[in-house]
Amino acid sequence: MIPLYFLLWLPLAGVLLLALLPSYRLAGHLNIAISAATFAASVWLAWDVLHTGPELSRGNLFYIDAFNVYLVALTAFVGLTTAIFSRPYMQHEVERGRVGPRRMRLYHSMYQGFLFAMLLALTTNNMGVLWVAMEAATLTTVLLVSLYRTPESVEAAWKYFILCGVGIAQALFGTVLLYFAAERRLGPDRGRALLWNVLHNHAAQLDPAVLTIAFVFLLVGYGTKVGLVPLHNWLPDAHSEGPTPMSAVLSGLLLNVALYALVRVKMLVDGSLHTALAGHLMMGFGLLSFLVAVLFLHRQHDIKRMFSYSSIEHMGLMTFAFGIGGALATFAALLHMTVHSLTKSSIFVTVGHAAQLTGTQRIEHIRGLIRTQPTVGWGLLAGTLAIAGFPPFGVFMSEFLVLNATMKSWPWLTLPLLLGLAVAFAGLFRYVQPMVYGIPPPGQVRVRANMLPVAIHLALVLWLGLSIPLFLAHWFEQATQLISGSLPL
Amino acid sequence: MHPDNLGVFSQGILVSAALVLFTSFVMLAQARIQPLIYAFAWQGALLSVTTALVALVSGHAHLYISALLTFGLKALLIPWMLYRLTQRLHIQFDVEIVSHPSLTLLAGAVLVVFCYYVALPVAQLSTLVTRNTIAVSMATVLLGMLLMITRRTAVAQVIGFMSIENGLFFAAVASTYGMPMIVELGVAFDVLVAAVLFGVFFFQIRSSIDSLDVDRLDRLSEKGD
Repeated sequence: MIPLYFLLWLPLAGVLLLALLPSYRLAGHLNIAISAATFAASVWLAWDVLHTGPELSRGNLFYIDAFNVYLVALTAFVGLTTAIFSRPYMQHEVERGRVGPRRMRLYHSMYQGFLFAMLLALTTNNMGVLWVAMEAATLTTVLLVSLYRTPESVEAAWKYFILCGVGIAQALFGTVLLYFAAERRLGPDRGRALLWNVLHNHAAQLDPAVLTIAFVFLLVGYGTKVGLVPLHNWLPDAHSEGPTPMSAVLSGLLLNVALYALVRVKMLVDGSLHTALAGHLMMGFGLLSFLVAVLFLHRQHDIKRMFSYSSIEHMGLMTFAFGIGGALATFAALLHMTVHSLTKSSIFVTVGHAAQLTGTQRIEHIRGLIRTQPTVGWGLLAGTLAIAGFPPFGVFMSEFLVLNATMKSWPWLTLPLLLGLAVAFAGLFRYVQPMVYGIPPPGQVRVRANMLPVAIHLALVLWLGLSIPLFLAHWFEQATQLISGSLPL
Repeated sequence: MHPDNLGVFSQGILVSAALVLFTSFVMLAQARIQPLIYAFAWQGALLSVTTALVALVSGHAHLYISALLTFGLKALLIPWMLYRLTQRLHIQFDVEIVSHPSLTLLAGAVLVVFCYYVALPVAQLSTLVTRNTIAVSMATVLLGMLLMITRRTAVAQVIGFMSIENGLFFAAVASTYGMPMIVELGVAFDVLVAAVLFGVFFFQIRSSIDSLDVDRLDRLSEKGD
């Protein structure tokens, strides 16, 4: 459990340290250093769990199993690569005069605060603390969305705050109901009744009627943060108006962690109800989000907004796959969480460079990226290919598995899925193709661009598409067995 | 259970719970900013009285801490912060135009009936003295939402948000005698940070659209311009 303490204390110390540090240049380097140390701690933790199996901390406050250990490593990894991207990017924003040094202190401090909230939400064993951490994730990022203080960004931040705040309040009500159901069974030991491992062991004894109501509230609450339609309105705004490193971590990490919370809850509800009610609800909302987002991809004028709709599309697909609930679908959803997170954060990094290069986020003004700066142009093209589900990238693999699972249990639903994927593909390329190939406007010059994070992410996605490394496959299999109750493949 | 069979403190719980719900309705109808803040403060105070009474009847000592926490946070600190903010923004005497006030109150009454219906299975399972107030706590949550929907100024929306938090805390007290202490402290911390951030946003919104009418935050959409 030693690496776990490093994992949580490092970003927490970073919050304080970076808030007090006046030099934003130094803070940028320090931000990378802390994120790197956090990532090292997560690898250490993963190594421990790989060799000794699930770990429960003393006091039962933290629980690490196959399901959250790889998400912890993924979160720390994307946190690190985005920090590497963020240093020169934000320095450039300061030079352009969009933010002052004082707000950069807020930015770096809250960056670590956000990572802390994510890691706490993933590792905690207490459903109440999970809620607190999810709310903290909103609170740490809401001021970052309005970092540029333009009217648009303030509007986006306000919407994000109110919608996510009210949404997540529903999840607290659901948690209260969960506690109510558990307390009646587990007796007077009040501290234990919200612990996930205890709840999971006694799921069959929990009252189904109460758990059904609880699940509806939790689905609405955490579903708001996943970005499920019709609760998705905050997502494109917050992604498009905030600084780009924020878009990358929101899309790559926050949505994943919210979905993680939802799946943890679903496991409890499934154990109590012995029906597929929770799964059906998730399938319905997932499919709706997928289809609505796919159609919205065709009405875009802002490049970051467009990719945030693509995030809604993919989160919808994952929710749908978890909803189907068989071993194959669950395995596919776990894989999709990983590859989507890596691909989408790399796309936002590239988009950030493209926006600095052209000085705008408007799609019709971004032209000729390949001619002006080939690395950015090719990066955007490769990222879009990967996210659209082209073989041999990992997204193709996971989408193929989702389709396979759908074909087995709900054959008719493959039709809207396939159609949706085709429409999404058309929507993305309709806008990306002229941005990448078109003729650059006169006077467009290169910017300092660090494409290393993009290259690493896309290489990993490619690797996952060709072959899944043994330890990862091992975790996916264990997690699948944990969630769906049977082994995949 | 018939009210006649209850002890005087148990009846006190029901009375103060009813008063919490009453303050929700007062807030729905109150168009002036300052009285709205007072009504919110009263709700917090009544909530902490309810919690203290529950602690007395049930013998759960940790609920006294929750009651104190609620009183300090929801009845004193947050209302005071809001009051100071309205003074600094010179909006404390503003009157908001509430559209369809009688219809809003009627919708509120319908919501309360609906809550009694939804809470029925939960209340039937419960054996606590507070089981009659579960529906009231749920109604407080939904009335807070209704307040947020019907109002246009940022301050009223924040009060609606905080009133939802009140309802959630009430729900935890009513259905399970409160959450574990670590969770309750975490939630209280989140609420406090949220209150501070809301204050920051009042100034940001004011400087970006020159008013606190959040209906005018409508720049972002899918239409091109």
